[in-house]
Amino acid sequence: MTPLIELRKVSKYFGPVVSLKDIDMKVYAGEVHCLLGDNGAGKSTLIKTLSGVHQPSEGQIYMEGQPVVFKSPRDALARGIATVYQDLAMLPLMSISRNFFLGREPQRKVGPFSIYDAAFAARVAREEMKKIGIDIRDPDQPVGTLSGGERQSVAIARAVYFGAKVLILDEPTSALGVKESAMVLKYIVQAKLRGLGVIFITHNVHHAWAVGDTFTVLNRGKSYGTFGKNQVTREQLLQMMAGGEELEALAVELDLIARKDPSTAAAEHQAAEELHKPN
Amino acid sequence: MTAQSRDERLQPIGLWQRLLLRPELGSIAGLIVVFTFFALMAGSSGFLTWAGTRNYLEVAAQLGILASAVALLMIAGEFDLSVSSMIGVAAISMALLAHPDYGNLPLGLAILLTLGLALSVGYLNGYLVLRTGLPSFIVTLAMMFILAGANIGFTKLITKLTIVSGLNEKIAQDPIAHLFTGTLLGLPAAVWWWLGVMGVLSFVLLRTPFGNWIFGAGGDANAARNVGVPVHRVKITLFMLTAAAATLLATIQVMGLGSANVLQGQGKELEAIAAAVIGGCLLTGGYGSVIGAGIGALILAIVQQGIIYTNIDLDWFKVMVGGMILGAVILNNHLRKLSMQVRR
Repeated sequence: MTPLIELRKVSKYFGPVVSLKDIDMKVYAGEVHCLLGDNGAGKSTLIKTLSGVHQPSEGQIYMEGQPVVFKSPRDALARGIATVYQDLAMLPLMSISRNFFLGREPQRKVGPFSIYDAAFAARVAREEMKKIGIDIRDPDQPVGTLSGGERQSVAIARAVYFGAKVLILDEPTSALGVKESAMVLKYIVQAKLRGLGVIFITHNVHHAWAVGDTFTVLNRGKSYGTFGKNQVTREQLLQMMAGGEELEALAVELDLIARKDPSTAAAEHQAAEELHKPN
Repeated sequence: MTAQSRDERLQPIGLWQRLLLRPELGSIAGLIVVFTFFALMAGSSGFLTWAGTRNYLEVAAQLGILASAVALLMIAGEFDLSVSSMIGVAAISMALLAHPDYGNLPLGLAILLTLGLALSVGYLNGYLVLRTGLPSFIVTLAMMFILAGANIGFTKLITKLTIVSGLNEKIAQDPIAHLFTGTLLGLPAAVWWWLGVMGVLSFVLLRTPFGNWIFGAGGDANAARNVGVPVHRVKITLFMLTAAAATLLATIQVMGLGSANVLQGQGKELEAIAAAVIGGCLLTGGYGSVIGAGIGALILAIVQQGIIYTNIDLDWFKVMVGGMILGAVILNNHLRKLSMQVRR
């Protein structure tokens, strides 16, 4: 089976800063591929490269086996890669239906003019939201009246409606409570069952474990590799995210400090006393 | 979802909730208050007559043309303070180009060339703002001074004066001028231009994809760009539109007066912003209405003209304008908060 999207030896440099180095990754249709990593691991750079915001400095992206270059987010979107950013790309003061269709407005011919088809937008927005189990009373209500989880759902429903093949979700659960997270995780599974390839970025291993099929762990711009759910345990993932070996090294170092401590303390104490001795 | 809960959810939304979603709501309330006030204070001294009405409609029209374009630009998240200087530049430019002693071009051509000049200034404004990433407030403030100064310098260089007059004969001969000075159904051309501009721009904002992009560009430029809205193109187009509105206003004034003054239009930039804000536009962008801005212009005009019919001293006009702006913004803010409350 050809992967929907594949990265081969993708690197991204910003001047002297190496943000990504030799990343390999494959995402298949109908799977949730979790991208894990601590802050600064390169997750954001990687998804921006996948969604056309950045172009790779080295390496190649393939879509369904064909090499591709995404010139802009619009370009990536046109090829079926939809990204739901952490900040959601939602405008709180704008209505749900206008948000839903922002950038791809439905049009209706009236004489020689193409006009924005508000009735169609309202109907589809309501239908699509209903499909994922949210019943909105009024598609004209501002997005700002929805909860965080509902807004995530609007963004996901929008991506699915516009025929995304690959859905990239940037930390969709990080700002949500337990119930709301569960709701979003449910939509992730629904999107996967519809045959989308979902890239789920998170630093919450529990959320990743609940829905993920494969896991790629990033650390300081490099990949630890991709693991199937049967090849790895939750604890191992957590270890890798924190930079496993570094943690062990840190433990040794902490131990050394603790052991050295009594003698150091005594030496310092003596030095201090000598300073305070009257001449 | 059970059938019952769906029924419960589909309850009709109240009229009040629907009205709250309209950015114009506050300005309509303001209009009623202001109109009632002057009807009571000056109803007997001519404010309610046809002549009185015509008076404030004409003032509202001139400001409203400008405010309609400024409102769109504000909804897209940008300011244009140079629009006042642009009026003066456009007035002088078309007067010089058409004047028998200088350009001696046909009126229509002079207006078109001036429009071309204005559009390039608008483009430059937009380009500088987007290129430098500086706030448009600063960039267009600089442009306001540059245009005003250059206008005086240039005009004095050519005419040794700051006024270009003597166009009356040419205007009287040219039927094009009639488009800007005539009357239709008892209303001056300016009022029809205003209604036309306001109607078209409101339609563009609410009923075209471009209108959706304007909201998007102002609401969150980054988010809009991420979903494929050409934010730069939208903003540059609107800077050009604002300059074009300034040119239309200058044309109406020059054709009406038969002369142009370098100081023409001064102070209009803030009046236009005031009208847009009274009409519900947010200073931070992403929210507002062209019709609201028109109502805002009407309110300012009623205050400005209505005060003449009362025995209040004219010097108090600005105090009332300031009060109106403050009151309108507080009211609009409150209404918007109400509309954003979660409805369950």
